[in-house]
Amino acid sequence: MEYGLDLEYSFNEFLKGFGLSSEIAHIIWLPLPMLLVLVAAVVGVLVTVWLERKISAAAQQRIGPEYAGALGVLQPIADGLKLLVKEDIIPAKADGILFTAGPILVLVPVILSWLIVPFGQNLLISNVGIGIFLWIALSSIQPIGLLMSGYASNNKYSLLGGLRAAAQSISYEIPLALSVLAIVLMTNSLSTIDIVNQQTGAGILSWNIWRQPVGFIVFWICALAECERLPFDLPEAEEELVAGYQTEYAGMKFALFYLGSYINLILSALLVSILYLGGWGFPIPVELIAKFLNLPINAPFIQVFTASIGIVMTVLKAYLLVFIAILLRWTTPRVRIDQLLDLGWKFLLPISLANLLITAGLKLAFPQFFGG
Amino acid sequence: MTIAITTQIICFTILSLVILIGALGVVLLESIVYSAFLLGGVFMSVAGLYLLLNASFVAAAQVLVYVGAVNVLIIFAIMLVNKKEDLKPINDIKSRRIISTSICLTLLSLLIRVDMTNVWSLSSPQNSIGEESTIRIGEHLFSDYLLPFEVASVLLLMAMIGAIVLARRDVMSKDISTGLPVDQELIEKSSEPLLTNKN
Repeated sequence: MEYGLDLEYSFNEFLKGFGLSSEIAHIIWLPLPMLLVLVAAVVGVLVTVWLERKISAAAQQRIGPEYAGALGVLQPIADGLKLLVKEDIIPAKADGILFTAGPILVLVPVILSWLIVPFGQNLLISNVGIGIFLWIALSSIQPIGLLMSGYASNNKYSLLGGLRAAAQSISYEIPLALSVLAIVLMTNSLSTIDIVNQQTGAGILSWNIWRQPVGFIVFWICALAECERLPFDLPEAEEELVAGYQTEYAGMKFALFYLGSYINLILSALLVSILYLGGWGFPIPVELIAKFLNLPINAPFIQVFTASIGIVMTVLKAYLLVFIAILLRWTTPRVRIDQLLDLGWKFLLPISLANLLITAGLKLAFPQFFGG
Repeated sequence: MTIAITTQIICFTILSLVILIGALGVVLLESIVYSAFLLGGVFMSVAGLYLLLNASFVAAAQVLVYVGAVNVLIIFAIMLVNKKEDLKPINDIKSRRIISTSICLTLLSLLIRVDMTNVWSLSSPQNSIGEESTIRIGEHLFSDYLLPFEVASVLLLMAMIGAIVLARRDVMSKDISTGLPVDQELIEKSSEPLLTNKN
């Protein structure tokens, strides 16, 4: 399965045409996909903020943002600009260094995790061998940033919010990792590319959701809890804790938290679509379409078509999940802290363990369906 | 010297400096919270060193276990029992410092000796397996390192049971530290969350 566009190779060949050495070409190439993914993440956040405002308005029978651009599409940009020019306040009795480092520690791991999100066979920053494990490891850094900002704010609501965020994040990481492990067991690889390729055989029928329905639900619940979305937004429960760990933050530092939470939401949706919904795969296999059109699979037209349909499908699936997350946020009540911990430790953890065990058994019994 | 090697040397220098300064900060800083956060930074830099050595799985495991679990729990514990109390000055602090410094220096000289006598260079450069290391680690854990692996898990289980016994004093009839009979009623009341009574 080594077809697909290889932009890096073409770009390097193009630069070598100007007489540059391959090393220099590589260095010029390196920042490009990173910048592209950063821009994609920020644009994704703007779209999600707009969607959130519009869908919440529809759920509450309001109109929502309307005047900034057509249908209010420029509203998120206006929000961002406002946060950008607001005064940056550090409370007098807060710990300045930790107060500043907290939001950075929250945002950076989330952006780093985009390293492994593939939009096509060769359309990702780096196909690292540890793939999905890198994301699990990086997402475990975030609670340190939350604890740091909660502590540094010198405010009891902030501290409680930070402690809650850390407790929640630790307890939901375990079922999350176990359900990813079941997928890895079926794929025999940690790489996200291999995980998607394993699901491309028969279009929609070979997606992992049919083989891992329990894992899909556990993963989605845990991903929502990791993103601190309602029904799991206890760390910033506004009726109890004002705004949790972000109570004392204003301006750009608050915007970093805001960006981080939305980038995390999109990242989780992307990863659900990669792990369970076939990633960049079209519901009907591209090979069938190519055969129908009587074109060889390596024809330039089919290649460009595959790449663009891959990006569209990944983004479409991810935004479908974001839509569900937004609907959930505006229609469900918040769980209590004891219900949250009960759900994580007494329900999701045993279920994901059983799921892992059953997957291993099925893999031994039916190796052709569950990966050999 | 190629660009890749230069980058490696720069990364190695920065990481080593962060590890050294961070570790000194963990030991020497007065504020326990700063020490805990610096410890997280040191763990991260060690993970960076593993990355430089092409051991990406070990690096990710280091981040997950040491930063994500150990360090978060340390910070968590510090913040839960965040008592502002002035430590009593110890009268023979100077002699204690001298003793601890000499012990540390002895350990350091031992490490330096190991470093000098051991042969570090690999027998052949083909021995580095890079991305394949995840599979090799798994094979070793389930064949020749199976017993240590299982013993470690038993050790963790014991630690967990111990932690539960310490945290839930009401399962003991006598207080561990004082030996007095425990007032069961009081503990039952205080350990019960207020909100759960309502359903």
